[in-house]
Amino acid sequence: MPDAILVASLRKSYGSLKAVDEISFTVKEGEVYSLLGPNGAGKTTTVEILEGLRQRDGGDVSVLGIDPWKNGYELHKQIGVIPQGFRFFDKTTPKEAIEYYARLFNVKVDPIGILKQVMLDDSRNVIFENLSGGQKQKVGLSLALVNNPKLLFLDEPTTGLDAQARRAMWEVIRKLKSEGKSVFLTTHYLEEAEILADRVAIMNRGRIIAQGTPEELKERYGSGKKVVTVSDTLEDIFVKLVGAPMEEVGEIKQQTTTQGPGA
Amino acid sequence: MSWGERREEKLASLKRTLSDLNVFRREYLRNKTGFFFSLVFPIILIAIFGAIFSGGSSGPTTVYVQNLDNGSQVSTSFISAMNSTNITQMLVVPPNENFSQYLLSHSSSSGIVIPSGFQTSFLEGKQVNVTVYSNPADSTSQIVLGVTNGVINAFNLERAHASAVVGIQSLSIKAQNYKYIDFLIPGLVGFSILTSPMFSMVNISSEYKKTKLFKQLSLTPLTKGEWLTSKVIWYVILSVISFALMAYVGMFAFGAHVAVTGWIVPFLILGPLLFVSLGMLVGTVTKSVESAGVVGNIITFPMMFLSGTFFPVSAMPTYLQGFAHVLPLYYLIDGLNQVMIYDNYYQALADAGLLLILSSVIFVLAIRFFKWRED
Repeated sequence: MPDAILVASLRKSYGSLKAVDEISFTVKEGEVYSLLGPNGAGKTTTVEILEGLRQRDGGDVSVLGIDPWKNGYELHKQIGVIPQGFRFFDKTTPKEAIEYYARLFNVKVDPIGILKQVMLDDSRNVIFENLSGGQKQKVGLSLALVNNPKLLFLDEPTTGLDAQARRAMWEVIRKLKSEGKSVFLTTHYLEEAEILADRVAIMNRGRIIAQGTPEELKERYGSGKKVVTVSDTLEDIFVKLVGAPMEEVGEIKQQTTTQGPGA
Repeated sequence: MSWGERREEKLASLKRTLSDLNVFRREYLRNKTGFFFSLVFPIILIAIFGAIFSGGSSGPTTVYVQNLDNGSQVSTSFISAMNSTNITQMLVVPPNENFSQYLLSHSSSSGIVIPSGFQTSFLEGKQVNVTVYSNPADSTSQIVLGVTNGVINAFNLERAHASAVVGIQSLSIKAQNYKYIDFLIPGLVGFSILTSPMFSMVNISSEYKKTKLFKQLSLTPLTKGEWLTSKVIWYVILSVISFALMAYVGMFAFGAHVAVTGWIVPFLILGPLLFVSLGMLVGTVTKSVESAGVVGNIITFPMMFLSGTFFPVSAMPTYLQGFAHVLPLYYLIDGLNQVMIYDNYYQALADAGLLLILSSVIFVLAIRFFKWRED
């Protein structure tokens, strides 16, 4: 399966703060790849570099075979994005928003069809400022689908949503995966990553400290060394990795580095 | 890129610009504040100023007069002559009143005292003075002084059995008799062209930056140049509408006389181009919505009052006149004045040329500093 995203030794600093520190990973076509991490881990910086919204300091990045910073304009025609805390024009309805995006991308779409796809067709004529938080995120998702993208970037798409709205969003993401789209999902909800992602990377302080399928991570970092127990969830592993003392995180980092990207 | 591809890309760019214009128009008109300031406020503005300056008579000025000459025929004639000017209306105060106290207690700034022996002195040709009380800070006092002077001159000529040799023929600067409202309309149009795009663009550019809407838009094929162009087009449309509202309400409701010609068009395009770009630049280079608002006000308010909007720049102190000449709005209002009042198209062309250079530079700077994405 070819790579949708290829990242090697990516670096980005803000002054003396290393926001992204030599990270490497790949995302295969058609898979849901989740970047997990606490607030300030460097997830949004990473995803914005991949989307071509932010310039990197070093390393190689290829998204659908395109350098996102140099050829962002070309890349944006092929990807869909929901930025963190999605906002839109307050007085515009979801249907009008899709029609606007369709004209910008110069594509013909069925706005109602897209709104049905994200389960928002009932609110098609409600202006954005009157929509609930979950509905607003769904507007973001519907706009991300207008240009029929091969790859979707969802930056914390369910943050701030209630449980019901979050589950509805998960349904939509599952549907997108079933249609063969690649999804790059950043989240700090571990359950979300566990349920949706084919592979997960855990990021902390600018570095990827572990990556693999949820099952691999459970096996590798579950209770005890390399001992699998049914009670281990991704959350247990996350707490163990991110919440562990620095010495231990250092051990894990070394372990991850020797496994290489995509492990 | 081939010629065909370039043409196709230009067409696509035009479509994107118009599509963004359509969304912005809808957003603007659905917002009650935007609707008020674009379509209702110009009418209110012209209605208020039209009512104040439409040339309706405010009636004669009341002047208290104390006649100490015991109701002599000459003093009574003097009072009648003052009344017959229709500029002053004389109210007689009893001779036993303390006149200055009387004026204060009646909040009056003008009064005249005719001394005793006024008739005798007049008939014998002896020097006699009427006393005029005035308040230098009150413009009506100057009017009363002028009228009194005119009546005294007439009495002196009568006494000398002479007639005036040099007179005055009063003509307006144009064949028609222009009123203050005529000079006010270009100023208010300039005011409207300044305020609506400036306040709106300062707020939009800083707010979109804060809410990351610019980032969101940067993920579409829309370019920042297309985005800014659609805003300029929208404010040109609004400027044409507010100009039409102000000019025609001024003409039909208040009898204003202003020339509405094609020469106004460059100013209705260059004005919004300048102030949309300036508003965008302010919102872009400032850090927060709050600081953008402060900087926007610092730039906008001096322009509002010192560019000849409500009163002519020539009426201001010399140092302020110099300051007015560095304000972009001055050239917009001056250009409109040249076209609508003076028919001086050479000066209008010079103003338009300067505005073109200024607005082009600020437009380019706004695009240059305005970032879709971050370094």
